[in-house]
Amino acid sequence: MSYYPYFVAGWLLLIGVFGVVRSRNLVQAVVSVSISQSGTYVLLLSVGYQRHATAPVFGSTEKPNLQVVDPVVQALTLTDIVVSATVTALLLALAIQVAKRHGTVDPDQLSALEG
Amino acid sequence: MSRSVRYTLFFAGGALVAVLFVWAVVGMPSFGSNFHPYRDLAIGATIAHGTANAVSSVNFDQRAIDTLGEETIFFASVLGAAELLRPSKEEREAKREHGGMFRVMASTRFAGYVLLPLTLLIGLDVVAHGHITPGGGFQGGVVLATGVHLLYVAGSYDALERVRPVHLYEYGEVAGALAFVGLGFAGIVIAGSYLSNIIPYKGFGHLISAGNVEVLNFAVGIEVASGVIVMLAHFLEQAIALQGGPHE
Repeated sequence: MSYYPYFVAGWLLLIGVFGVVRSRNLVQAVVSVSISQSGTYVLLLSVGYQRHATAPVFGSTEKPNLQVVDPVVQALTLTDIVVSATVTALLLALAIQVAKRHGTVDPDQLSALEG
Repeated sequence: MSRSVRYTLFFAGGALVAVLFVWAVVGMPSFGSNFHPYRDLAIGATIAHGTANAVSSVNFDQRAIDTLGEETIFFASVLGAAELLRPSKEEREAKREHGGMFRVMASTRFAGYVLLPLTLLIGLDVVAHGHITPGGGFQGGVVLATGVHLLYVAGSYDALERVRPVHLYEYGEVAGALAFVGLGFAGIVIAGSYLSNIIPYKGFGHLISAGNVEVLNFAVGIEVASGVIVMLAHFLEQAIALQGGPHE
C-alpha cells in the first residue's frame, strides 16, 4: 500500500494556499496559486498511475492493450493546465492594473476601496 | 484583515483540509494499483475508434464537449487579459520612444534564428500528429506561439511586431473557436448529435485515422497559438510601456 504521491499533492495544495496567505507581493501570490493548482496535477496523475504500465499511446511497437496508465485523468490534467495558465494570465493582468493604479503590489497596502 | 488573523484562519482551515484529505486518501485504491475502471472503458472506446493517442481520443472524441468548454475558458481569458491590459494614450507614446531600445548578443541572436524555424516546425508537428503521437492542439499551439516570440529574444521588438500583426491573430483565435463550434453543429446535421463524429474512422496505421480528432486538433491549435500570441503581445506592450519604471 502506498499513498505517498497523494500526500505530495495535498502538501502542494496547502503550501500554495499558505504562500497566498503570507504573500507581500501580488506576483508572488499568483505564483502561489499556480503551485496550489499543480497539486491537482499530481493528484490526478497519481490516481491514474499503474505500476509497469506504459503510456496510453499505441503504435506499431505498442499494440493496443489495457495495461496502460489511465488516459482519462491525463486528459483532465491537460484541461487543468490550460485553465491554470489562463487564470495565471488573468491574475497577472490584474496585478499590472493594480500596480499602475495604486503604485504598489503589496496586498496589505490595498485596503481602501476606490471608485 | 491583519496578518495574525489571516494566519490563524489559514492554520485552522488548513488543518481541517489536511485531516479530510488524509481521510479521503486512505480510503482510495493504493497508488499504482491496477484497478482503473475508467481506463478500461476509455481504452475500449479509443481502440474502437482507431485513435492511437488515447489522451487525444478522450479529449477530442469521448468528451469533446468538455474540451469545447475548456476552449471557451481560454477564449474568454484572452479577451479578459486583452481588455485589462489595454494601453492608455500616454503608454502608447512611451512605447514609441522605448521600443527596440536594447542590444542583443550575437550568440543569442544566432540561437534565436536557428531555433525559430525548428520550433515552428515542431509546433506544427505536435498539432498535426496529436491523434497518433503524444501532443495535440493545446500543446502544439503553445509551442507555435513560443516559437514566434523567439524573434523577440533574437531580434528586436520591432521585428516581432512586423511578423505579428496582432489583429490578424485575433481573427485566428475567433476562427479556431468557430471551427470547433461549427464542426459540432455539423455533427448535429449529419450524425444527429452535437460534436458526434462525422469523418470516418480509418483504424490504426493510417495517417488520418481518428475522424474528428484530427480536425478538432487543428482548430484548437490555431486558437491556442493565436490566443497566446495575442495575450503575450499585450503583456509585452505593457512591459515596454512601463520600461521607464513603475508609475507612482
